[in-house]
Parts: sequence; structure tokens; C-alpha cells
Amino acid sequence: MDFQQTVQQLINGIGLGSIYALIALGYTMVYGVLRFINFAHSDVLMLGAFSAFYIAPKVEKVMGPQSAAGAIVVIALAAVICACIGMLIEFLAYRPLRKRPKLTVLITAIGVSLFIEFSCQNPALFNSDTKRFPTLLPEKQFNFGGLVMGSNDIIVPLVTALLLGGMWFIVQKTKVGTAMRAVSFNQQAASLMGVPVNRIISFTFGLGSALAAIAGILYSIKAPGIEPLMGVQPGLRAFIAAVVGGIGNLPGAVLGGLLIGIVETFAGGIPGLSNYRDAIAFGILILILLFKPAGLLGRATIEKV
Amino acid sequence: MKRRHFAIPAFAAAIAAIGFTGCKGGGGDKIKVGEFASLTGKEATFGTSSHEGTLLAIEELNAAGGVLGKKLELLTEDDQSKAGEPANAVNKLISKDGVVAILGEVASSRSLEAAPICQQSQIPMISPASTNPSVTQAGDYVFRACFTDPFQGAALANFSTGTLKATKVAMLTDVKSDYSKGLAKCFKEKFLANGGTLTTELDYNGGDKDFKAQLTTIKNGNPQAVFVPGYYTDVALIAIQAKDLGLTVPLFGGDGWESSVLLDIGKEAMNGHYFSTHCAADQGTPKMTAFVEAYKKRFGGKVPDAMAVLGYDSAMLLADSIKRAGTTEGPKLRDAIAATKDFEGVSGKFSLNADRDAVKALVFIKIDGGKFTYTATVNP
Amino acid sequence: MPDPLPPAEKPAPVAARFSLLTGAKRWLFLGIAIAILLSQFSGEFNRYYLGIVIDVGIAIILAVSLNLINGHTGQFSLGHAGFMAVGGYFAAWLSLTLGPNAKMLFPVSLLAGGLLAALVGLVVGIPSLRLRGDYLAIVTLGFGEIIRVVAQTTDAVGAASGLKGIPKFTDLGWTFGLVAVTVYTITALVNSTYGRGFLAVHDDEIAAESSGIGTTRYKVTAFVTGAFFAGIAGGLYAHHKQFLSPTGFDWIKSIEIVVMVILGGMGRTVGVICAAILLTVMPELLREFSEYRMIVYALLIIFLMLLRPGGLFTLNRKRRSAA
Repeated sequence: MDFQQTVQQLINGIGLGSIYALIALGYTMVYGVLRFINFAHSDVLMLGAFSAFYIAPKVEKVMGPQSAAGAIVVIALAAVICACIGMLIEFLAYRPLRKRPKLTVLITAIGVSLFIEFSCQNPALFNSDTKRFPTLLPEKQFNFGGLVMGSNDIIVPLVTALLLGGMWFIVQKTKVGTAMRAVSFNQQAASLMGVPVNRIISFTFGLGSALAAIAGILYSIKAPGIEPLMGVQPGLRAFIAAVVGGIGNLPGAVLGGLLIGIVETFAGGIPGLSNYRDAIAFGILILILLFKPAGLLGRATIEKV
Repeated sequence: MKRRHFAIPAFAAAIAAIGFTGCKGGGGDKIKVGEFASLTGKEATFGTSSHEGTLLAIEELNAAGGVLGKKLELLTEDDQSKAGEPANAVNKLISKDGVVAILGEVASSRSLEAAPICQQSQIPMISPASTNPSVTQAGDYVFRACFTDPFQGAALANFSTGTLKATKVAMLTDVKSDYSKGLAKCFKEKFLANGGTLTTELDYNGGDKDFKAQLTTIKNGNPQAVFVPGYYTDVALIAIQAKDLGLTVPLFGGDGWESSVLLDIGKEAMNGHYFSTHCAADQGTPKMTAFVEAYKKRFGGKVPDAMAVLGYDSAMLLADSIKRAGTTEGPKLRDAIAATKDFEGVSGKFSLNADRDAVKALVFIKIDGGKFTYTATVNP
Repeated sequence: MPDPLPPAEKPAPVAARFSLLTGAKRWLFLGIAIAILLSQFSGEFNRYYLGIVIDVGIAIILAVSLNLINGHTGQFSLGHAGFMAVGGYFAAWLSLTLGPNAKMLFPVSLLAGGLLAALVGLVVGIPSLRLRGDYLAIVTLGFGEIIRVVAQTTDAVGAASGLKGIPKFTDLGWTFGLVAVTVYTITALVNSTYGRGFLAVHDDEIAAESSGIGTTRYKVTAFVTGAFFAGIAGGLYAHHKQFLSPTGFDWIKSIEIVVMVILGGMGRTVGVICAAILLTVMPELLREFSEYRMIVYALLIIFLMLLRPGGLFTLNRKRRSAA
């Protein structure tokens, strides 16, 4: 592999890794507060892409085709829709089980995930065929002496960095964030201190789902074919990324996402290894957890006796 | 401690209760035809297409008065694109519903699961689109209405070295798909025999959305063309990303490419690429035109893909065979299907050979100006 | 981890005290006898129902064996389909290699598949000991997926095209005989003096450790035993469906088994058996709904969890209500 190809693969890897990172941020947000794996996250991602798919033509009529402002409006609307869906899922399916073991909620989450997937595959809703995702922004390819970089490869990492900063700010610097950390630390104590636990959890779900929607849209801009199961594969990768980085840790999620994206890309370009690509993310995960059981940036918890 | 074990005998009794109540259906004034398809799950889009084609055929047959004076009843079971499910679906259709024949599946791996059951039950099975040669090797009750991987693979290899004059070719296969792997294997054999060299062989996983890693390496190998034996859902994205990366050589692939979705998603990135398939829509055989019209009318303007065409043909082939057999008894129906000669399907005229595979011509299509254009026919 | 590993099925000392036809053993032999008796009438059964009943038996073995890991021992494994795949592929490969004698050697193939799966269980179990909860879950899921990917790329077992032409050896007798053996072994193991350690690890690992219980040893035993029976189930599955495809062993399959365990009430064998039956039969009963079938199935899972969060079949055991 020559130098140029290595750099090209690195560009490709960062492009892919940023998407994983963005999805992983959503996983980690919800996990940080509720300590359970929200299996339906990847389906909210898909719903985000489909919301944009249906909104975009209407926005285009008002704002003109392929304008930056139009794209932002579409993304914002889809994020709001998905935030509502996320909060609704939490209210209907997870809240009644708040006091129950996490495994019970996990199974409910799997049920919700299957329900969304099968409903969306039904001809009455989206149908199972692949649809063309509208071009929200004009795509440009930049060529630097043989190295190719798409406008997406620049936009996605930027958005991811921006959202990571935003999330970090919310969690660390705002009142809501303080409450979120309190709920994460000890739900009961937080509630005794006057933190409205239900509202905080609802808010976290909304935020996580909005992130999923944004990730879904960026993912669809990158690969403009959308179908009801599109979220499953990146969702699983992003989940691994969140665990690799230390689940519940925001920078960790981004780090994990980038790591998996880059390694996967290099592996994908090597003959004889590309057929194991599905297993590579897991290989990284197992290796890292063997040496750092709480993930790269996760804090090892001390067991209380 | 004792209580925990009561389940075993109690359950055994329950089995007996369920098991013995099962009775064979059948008879009556209808001919029951079973179909299993992937209506949900990962490959739902292909299963839905073939199902719609089949359904249209059955509806047309019934509108024309049915077969042997009886109406056809299509019983469809979904297998969720999941291994393990086809066996249950086909067992149900045969043992519980008493169907006279089975139509399905698109994916060879799921057809392979159903084939031994049909064989053992002596119920003929026609797979619309499973191209893996091993499917019909399950026994003399298993047929297919499409060509096989060796035929298509060889044709594609000849096309590459002959028409495209490309002897240095890269290959990008879907490691999850038996179709893609099977076609790639047959292509490779013939292509190497023709004196070609493969510059790069890489894999992707069906459903992936990022192919830049593989395409970057492929581009580095400087091939004259890239062979992509995959399904259209992936191929469109591969073409877009190849174009983005400045990989300008033609891509070519097999019948898995054929769908209007390929053009919808790939748009201008698809121009200049080639694929082989069963029939060309722009050849404008009257049968094809009529089918496309009827399909669009029935399914809300949806344009049929290759699976829909093959689903339709498999149902029509079955109906034709029932007519010729004059009965729906398994062995007689089997003989009638095996004796199919010059059947006029939407996908062209075909006969079944001794291996119970359809022998039919394939056509090469060039994608140009956002349209499929017929370029050549290869006869078996 | 210096402890030497105990054999997968260490005979439970408590059970050894029972004579042949009393206690739990009576049910074991009754179960096997009924299974063999029923299999004599296999020809009378409708093929479809027969197929589902065997599916149910395989699901019971899978769920009960996973219950040892997830329920009794309180670990969270999401890789059971991987163990099943190992056992299934190996047993099927043996049967195909043995050729005409395979029918007689079917038990050997099954056992070999189970043992190989147990070995893989050991390999998965040991590194997983450092992890707990969700971390353990995702790592076992990862191992399961790696096994699937290996099957998908190994030409000796058909790679993506799948392994075909497996002889049909699985019948009611084998399936339910082995169901009885599985249920018996695992309940006897857990209810033995030795086996109380599993529950101790489940209830409080630190307390167990400080009471002198080798938690490591118990966790590995649970993984190895669970994997062994999952491998057996895989062998039965292979010789039942006569075809194996790597896609059938993806993580969704593992999750299906986990759902059975949780819906049945973790650690409650009867509940888990009932859940295995329910979740295998339900999709078949729902065939009437055609394209809405899986939507209804998903909704039922949600509602069942909302209405009976402690497990569907929490009958009359209050033993661990305090935990």
C-alpha cells in the first residue's frame, strides 16, 4: 500500500468513522443517564432519514433546491420529529418499567425495535424497497493531486465535532446537564434533591433521538439509498464504538467511532481481510475490553461491598 | 424440586394432542398453489417483487377462467429472509394447506432449505430466481425458471474479454450473498480460462453503505473494468462512490442489477456500466410491454424488476404445466414441468433441460443516458 | 484463573443419592420414555406440526442452557447462537464426512458438536470473566458474530451458500430425549450443593467470593455447560432442517433466545420452557395475520414485558424474591 493510498483510506475512514461517532453519541447519552442499551436507537436513525425524505420536497418548494438553509431546516425538522418519537417511546415503553431490572427494559427495547422495523417494512407505511434520498446539498469532490475528498467527508466530521461540543456543553455547563449527571449518578437521591427525574430522562431521550436523526440524515446523504433496515448495521457498529470508548462517555464515543471507522476502512481495502469486515469491529472491541474492561475512556467503577 | 419437572411429560402429551389433530387439506373446486417469499426482513425488497409478479400471474389466470376449470388459490407465506423459516413455511403449505406445488424463493440459500422438503413430499417446486446450480440438484421435483450461475458467469467472462476487451478486471463480491459468491466463482473460472487476470478481489457485506475502502484499493490496481456481481441496492451506491473516487472504468454485473431503483439511486453515476439479465424491456416484446403495463396498474405505478418478471414466469410455467398434465398429482405434474419446451415467458422463450434448469438466452444491457439499452443477446 | 475446569456435567452429589425411579430422575426417564414412544408414531404426525414440535424442543434446549448462564449465574451472554452454530456445523460436517455410517454415529456427531461448542464456550468464557453486565453482553455478542463470519467465509462448510444435503436424523425421540437430559442436567446441577454456587454468583459476586466460592470457576462452568447444550441443540437443528446457512446464526437469533429466558423469568426453568414454547409457536399461530404477523409479534413482546415484567410464568417460587 503506497503513501497516497494510505492517506486516501484515512480520509475514507474518518468519513465513515464520524458517522459512527455521531450515532454512538446518541447511544452514550441515553446510556449515561439510564444505564441501558436503547436498541431502538438505530431505528430512530432510520426514521430520521425517512422524515427528511418526506420533508425535503416540501421544504425545497419554499426554499429553493439544494440550499444550505433548506438543508438545515430539513435536518432541524427531522430532528424535532425524532425527538418527539424518542420521547414517546420512552414514555410508552420504558417509563412503566423504570423500577424494573434493566434486562426487562432491554427486552422491551428489542420489542420496540422490531415493531418499528416490521411496521416500516409494511407496504402500508414505507414498504421494504430502497428509496432515493433527495440531494439536500450539492455534492462536490475535491481533488488534491490524486487524493479525493468529498464535501461530505468534510461536513460530517465538522458536524460531529460541533455536536460533541454541544453535548459536552449541555451536560457539563447547563442546569439541565447538572440534573442529567445527578440522575445518572443516583436516581433516587436526585429525585429527593428535587430533580424532576422523569422530565430529565425524557429530555435525554429527546436529545439522543435528535442526534440519531441528524446522523441518519448525514448517513443518507453519504449513501443515498434508504430502506427500513438501514439503521441496523451502522447502529450495531456505533454501539460497539460507544462501548469501546467507554459507554456513557461522550468523547469516548467519538474516539471509538473514529477508531472503528478507520480500522474497518483499512481492513476493507485489503484482499483476504475484507471478507471478515463484519467481524473486525468486534475484534477491536474484544481486544480493547480485554485490556481496558471499561473501554478506552471509561472509568473503572469500584464495587461497593 | 419435583414440580419443576412436570413440564416434560405434560408437554409430551400436549404434542400428541396437537400432532394428531392435523389433517390434510386439499380437494374442492380450487387448485391451491403455495408460495414462500421474503416479504419482511433483510431481503424483503426482492421477495416482495417476486411475490407481486406471482400474484399478478395468478390473478390474470383466474380472470381468464383459471386452470382445468378451477380457480387458482395462491397461499403465500413469509419467511422473514431468515434461515430456518422456509422449512416451516413450506411444511405448512404442503402438510397443512395441501398445496399442489410450491413457488419460491429468490435467494438460493432459502430455496435450498425448502427443496428437500418438496422432494420428500413429492410436491413440485419451481424457484423463480435461484441461480445456484445446487438448488435443482435436490431432486427431480425441484425446478427453476431462470438460468444458472455457470451460464451467466461464463457469458459475463466472455463479455469482459470479448466485448469490453478488458483482460485486467477487479472483482467486488458480496460475501454474505450466495448469489454473488456463486456468480463470482463461475465468472472467475471462465475469465481466467479466457486469459484474463484479476487485479484485485475484494468483498463487501450486503447492506453496507460505504464501499470507498474497497474501491480505493481497486482503483490502485488499475483495472480495465470492475466486475460487481451484487444486488442493485448495493450496486447503485458502489457506482456512486466509484465515480466520486474517480474510478472511471466500466462496472459490470449480473441480473441482480436489474431494477429501476438502480437508476433512481445511482442516477448519472450508472452511465457507461453494463449488466446481463433475462430480457430487455426496450426490446419491446408484446408480452413484456403488456406485463409492465399490467404490473404498473396493479401495484400503484411501481415498475417491475427482474424478480417480478421471474415470479410471474414461474407461476405461468406452473399453470401451463398443470394444463398439460391435466391433473395436479405430484408425479404427473412433475413430468409435465420437466417436459416444458419453448415456453413463452415474459423473460423470453425457454425450455427446461435434464437438470431441470431453464435454458434461455440472456441479454446484455448498457446503461446510457439514465436508461437501459439493449446491446447483445447470448444464446445458450 | 488457575482452577482446573470441572467436566461439563459434573454429576450432582445430591441427585446421586436418589435411586433410579424417585425424585428428579424419575421425570428424566419418564421424559425419555415418552419421547421415544412418541417418535414411534412420527409417521402419523402432520409434517408441519412435527417440524414445529421439534423446533420447540430445540428452542427449549437453547433457552434452558442459556438460562444457566443468564438466569442462574446472572451473567449476560448474547452469543448463544454462536455456540449453536459451532455445534450445528461441526455435527453436520461430521455426518456428511462419515457418509453411510452417519446414522449409527449420529449420537457421536451430536456429542462432538456439543464438545466443540463447549471448547468455544471455554474460549469465550475466560476472557469474558473480567467483564460484567453490558460489557459482557456486547463481547459475547461479538464472539457470536465472529463465529458467524468465520462460517460465512469457510468453504469447507459451504461459506455463504450454506451447508446442504445434511441427512435427516433428528426425530421426536432424539429431540425430546435430549430436552429431558438438558433440563435434568441443568436443574440437577443448579440444585446440587455444588450448584448453589451459581446462585451465589448471581445474587452477589463479592459476597460469594468472600464466602470462599470460586466465582471464576462457576462462571466458566456455566459458560462451558451452556455452550455444550447449545452445541447439541445446533446439531439437532442441522439434522432437522437439513440445511445450514450462516445468516441463521446472526445476533438476532441470540436475542431471540435471550427473550425466551427473560420472558420466562430468569432462572425459572419451568417459566423458561413455557416461554420457549410460546415464542416458537406464536409466530406460527400468527401466520393468519400474514404481512402483519411480525408486527403483532413485536407488539406482543412489548405488552408481555409491560404487563408481566418479572417474567410471564412466575409460578410459585418465591425463593429469590428477596434478591
